[in-house]
Amino acid sequence: MPKNKVVSLDEAMGKLRDGLTVLIPGFVNCGVPETLIKGIIEKGYTDLSVISNNTSIKGRGIGMLVHENRIKHITCSHIGNNTETVEKVVAGEINVTFVPQGTLCERVRAGGAGIGGILTPTGLGTPIAEGKPVIEVDGKKYLLEKPLHGDVALIHAWKADKMGNLVYRRTARNFNQIFATAADLVIVEAEQIVEVGELDPDVIHTPGCLVDMIVQI
Amino acid sequence: MEKRELIAYRTARFFEDGDLVNLGIGMPTMCMNYLPEGVDIWIESENGVIGLTGAPKEGEEGDPNVVDASGGMSMMRTGGCCFDSFTSFGLIRGGHVAATVLGAYEVDQEGNLANWTVPGKTVAGMGGAMDLVSGAKKVLIMMEHCDKHGNPKILKRCTLPLTAVNEVDYIITELCVLERTAEGLVLKELAPGVTVEEVVSKTAADLIIPQKIGCMV
Repeated sequence: MPKNKVVSLDEAMGKLRDGLTVLIPGFVNCGVPETLIKGIIEKGYTDLSVISNNTSIKGRGIGMLVHENRIKHITCSHIGNNTETVEKVVAGEINVTFVPQGTLCERVRAGGAGIGGILTPTGLGTPIAEGKPVIEVDGKKYLLEKPLHGDVALIHAWKADKMGNLVYRRTARNFNQIFATAADLVIVEAEQIVEVGELDPDVIHTPGCLVDMIVQI
Repeated sequence: MEKRELIAYRTARFFEDGDLVNLGIGMPTMCMNYLPEGVDIWIESENGVIGLTGAPKEGEEGDPNVVDASGGMSMMRTGGCCFDSFTSFGLIRGGHVAATVLGAYEVDQEGNLANWTVPGKTVAGMGGAMDLVSGAKKVLIMMEHCDKHGNPKILKRCTLPLTAVNEVDYIITELCVLERTAEGLVLKELAPGVTVEEVVSKTAADLIIPQKIGCMV
């Protein structure tokens, strides 16, 4: 494992291309990797498939990708906080697949943990269940939901050491911790970058082995 | 009491001291203003936090990394904690949350709930609602008894796409409290001045009317 993964925003963004499936964490606009999103916009990448919980708010975070028409498909649980996303979905400019928020967590966790799917009671008997196998375990019914995986995950950390061990702050942790496990390439933006050894091993949320590149915000 | 106040006042009386409770955005958050004396509850917010206390008041400094389920800044109380979305939905789905309080477009006599989409009208997504309703020990629906056109929202069978099947435990409106039992919806309590006939005339579901009916206040 490299001892220093810190790179420039330009170098990190140079690894991406059009059409990728991108995991982008955040809850509304908290914990969203906005510096990396701006990097995508500057590089001009488009036709992205985004997996996220929601699309931030109009003009911020993932909302910037919406505004610039860079997203062809989004898998998420909610878009109601961003009126522009709603307008573009209604107009057919963005395709959306809604996934219940807890199921989204578990599907991405499965994608990062080598699990072939998860069984959840969430969504039984609702439109979400259409076409999905229902599996009975000890008399209880569950939906089989498949793993989700990305080409790249963009992560927002509070503190990163140079090897990529990460600590998130308060509710900005949200989907960051899970999304960092489930992509081929994991790029982190960090508010603070510290020397290896400065973070207490017991408080690290994401092990550095998952991280490929770190960009200073 | 104004009708939304009455609904919040009564709903707050379902909580026991020390309960971990998830309150939906909007009217459910009003419950915090009507907790009975001696009842102190902990708020679980699905974005990954226990112990939110509401928006910063004048003179209080908020942290943009501490937000509630609507994305707005919130304060936290001593003893609260933060975690990732995966843990959050594990708490919710795993039955560790005593009660979830949500609004509804429609509820039916089998305890089915529709509160996430009106085809052709709304495309917000379900967010965490499907997981919350499937997982919380007690599902409390607080809503106005009829829609804004005066049509019943409590039906024999929901017509809108479902959020969950057979999960609703209580419906609290400005007219009454209904309990969903294996036999059907039982009229447990009436608001002051409201008659059984009024409730029946404004409800499209079959109701079980016991000999003794309590009062909501």
